[in-house]
Amino acid sequence: MAGAIWAVTQLEQGEPKGVSYETIAAGQKLAAALGKPLESVVLGAGARTAAAKVAARKVERVRVVDDPKLDPYTPDPYTAALRLAVEAETPDYVLFPHTYQVRDWVPRLAAALDAGFVSDVIDVRADGGEPVFVRQPFQGKLNADCVFAGAGPRLVSFQAGAFLADDAQKGESPAEIVDQAIDLSGVEVRTQVLDTFQEVENKVDLSRADVIVAVGRGIGKQENLGLVEELAAALGGQLAASRPVCDNEWLPMDRQIGSSGQTVAPRLYLAVGISGAIQHLVGMKNSGTIVAINKDANAPIFSVADYGIVGDLFEVVPALTAKVKETRGV
Amino acid sequence: MKIVVCIKQVPERDARLRIAPDGRSVDSAGAATEINESDQYALEAGLRLAEGVGGEVVALLLGPDGAEEAIRRALAMGATRAIHLNDAAFQEGDASANARALAAAAGAESPDLILTGLQSDDAGWSQTGVLLAERLGWPSATLIMEIEPPADGRIKVKRELESGWFQWITLPLPAVLTIQSGIYPVRYATLKGIMGAKKKEMKKMAPADLGLDPGQVGAAGRRVEVRRLYVPEKSAEAEILQGDAATAAATLVDRLQKEAKVL
Ligand SMILES: Cc1cc2nc3c(=O)[nH]c(=O)nc-3n(C[C@H](O)[C@H](O)[C@H](O)COP(=O)(O)OP(=O)(O)OC[C@H]3O[C@@H](n4cnc5c(N)ncnc54)[C@H](O)[C@@H]3O)c2cc1C
Repeated sequence: MAGAIWAVTQLEQGEPKGVSYETIAAGQKLAAALGKPLESVVLGAGARTAAAKVAARKVERVRVVDDPKLDPYTPDPYTAALRLAVEAETPDYVLFPHTYQVRDWVPRLAAALDAGFVSDVIDVRADGGEPVFVRQPFQGKLNADCVFAGAGPRLVSFQAGAFLADDAQKGESPAEIVDQAIDLSGVEVRTQVLDTFQEVENKVDLSRADVIVAVGRGIGKQENLGLVEELAAALGGQLAASRPVCDNEWLPMDRQIGSSGQTVAPRLYLAVGISGAIQHLVGMKNSGTIVAINKDANAPIFSVADYGIVGDLFEVVPALTAKVKETRGV
Repeated sequence: MKIVVCIKQVPERDARLRIAPDGRSVDSAGAATEINESDQYALEAGLRLAEGVGGEVVALLLGPDGAEEAIRRALAMGATRAIHLNDAAFQEGDASANARALAAAAGAESPDLILTGLQSDDAGWSQTGVLLAERLGWPSATLIMEIEPPADGRIKVKRELESGWFQWITLPLPAVLTIQSGIYPVRYATLKGIMGAKKKEMKKMAPADLGLDPGQVGAAGRRVEVRRLYVPEKSAEAEILQGDAATAAATLVDRLQKEAKVL
C-alpha cells in the first residue's frame, strides 16, 4: 500500500527470526508517530507458513514474498525480490532487523532503489512530524540523530535489543495474508552456497561458567594476560575475551564473548579493559552481576554494569586479586 | 590480479572525541588517527592474495588532506599505489554519496576484486562495500574470514554468520568482498616499506575526474543527514566505586559479598 510502513521479517529455518518481532515493535512505534499503516513482509523460503505467526501481531496486512530462488539465502535474488515489491507497492518506509544477513543485502537494495538507508538504529521519535532515527556511531561512544534527505523509499535497520519482541502488540484478529507476486525468472543467482557449518565444538563451554573474567584490548599485549588469569583463578572463574583479543591471537577463538562468539550469563561477569561495543554486550548483558574496570569513565560498558571502577587496570586488577585472595583465603 | 582496497581514516581508538561547534560532527583537528580496523585487515587480505597469485593492490581513500597519513601507511604496508578522492565537494557525504564516488574510482581501474572493511569504527554504517557492488553491478559477499585464490573466474570465500556459524560460498569475478576483523594477522610496515612509500604514486581526484557532478557527492548527494551528534545519557548508571585502586578494590569485594552476594 502506497505510503505504508513495512517491517520485513527474516526467516531462519522457516521460522520468523526473533529479532523480526523487535522490528515489528519498532514499526508500531513509527506507525503511531506518523499515523501510517504498518504491514509486515515475510521474505524467503517458507514465508507462507511463517506468515500466520506474524499475522497474530498488530499489523494491517502480511505480505508473503517467496520464490524458489530465495532458497538458500543469497544477496542477488533477495535484492531483486524486495526491489520489485517496493516498486509495485511504494511503501514510505521499509524496516529491517540489523542482522548479518541484512548487512549482506540491504545496502544493495538501497543502491538499487537509490534510497537512503539508516542502519543500526536504536530509537525512533517524531520531532514535529519528522521522524528522527537515533544511532550510535564511534563504537557506541556518541549518539547521532539522523533524518532522511531527499525523496524515495526510506530504509531503516534496528539494532538487536533496541526494541523488545514482547512489545510487538498482538492484533484483535489475525491480519490478512496476501501473496506478493514477483517475477524472478530474469534474475541471475551469482553466489553459490557450498556449505554452512558450525566451527568445531568449542573446547571451553563458557555458558556453564559461574564466574567469568573477560579481558579486552585494554590489556595491551599478550604478555600482560597473566594479570587477569590470576584474577580469574582467585575468583575460581573462567577467562574470556572480547573479539580483538582473539583476532590478535592472544587467546583462542573459543574464549570470545559476543555476537560472533559465545553468549553467556554467569552469576558474575568482570569486564576488564573492554569498551562495551554492542557486539560484545549482546553476548553478556544478561549476566547476574556485571563489573567493569576501565580507564575511560564514558566507556559504554558502564551503562550495563552494576559496579564500575574507573582507573588503570594495571593498578586495579592486582589490587583486586590481592583482596579477593585475602577474602576467599586462596 | 588487480585488487582495489578501500580504506578510511578514523580517529584513533582511545582518542578523546570532541563534538565540533556545528554540533553534527567530531572536531578532528590535531586528533590522532589510524586506518579503520577492518580496513587494515582488508589491506592485509589484498596484499596476501596479490603476493600469492601475482598482481597489484591499489589503495583507495576518500577523505581530506589529513587522510594522506593513512594512505602513506597503506603504501608502507605494501600497496603499489594509491588514489585519493580529495575535494571540498566530497565533504559530509553519507554512505550512499561516498559509495557513488568510490564505485566510480574503483570501477575505472577495472580490478578483479574490490575489498573493503566490513564497517567503519566511526560512522559504522556497514554499507559502503555492498553499496558500491550494486552501483557497479558486481556480486558481493560480506564478513569474509578466509579467501582462496581464484579459479575459473570464481572466488571461494568463507563468510562469518551469527553465533559461531560460517559458510563457504563462491562468486564470479569481478566482485566486492567486505572483510571481517581477524581474517589474517595484520603486518607491520617495515622501515624499508616506509621509505619506499615516499616514491609511490598517489593520485588525487575530484568529482569531475570521476565523471561525476559535484551535486552527486558529499553533502549535496546524501540521502541521510546527521542532525545532531552528542554524548548519550546513560540509561542504567553503574555504581562507580571511588578511591585509589586498593580502596576501590576493597569496596568492590565488599559489595560483591554483601550486596550482590556472588562471592
Ligand atoms: C559484525 C561484527 C561482529 C563482532 N563480533 C564481536 C564479538 O563477538 N565479540 C566482541 O567482543 N566484539 C565483536 N565485534 C567487535 C566490536 O565491535 C568491538 O570492536 C570490540 O568488542 C572491542 O573490543 P574491546 O572492548 O576489547 O576493545 P576497545 O573497543 O579498543 O576497548 C578497549 C577499552 O580498554 C580501555 N583501556 C585501555 N587501556 C586501559 C587501561 N590501562 N586500564 C583500563 N582500561 C583501559 C579503553 O578505555 C577502552 O574502553 C564485532 C564487530 C562486528 C562489526
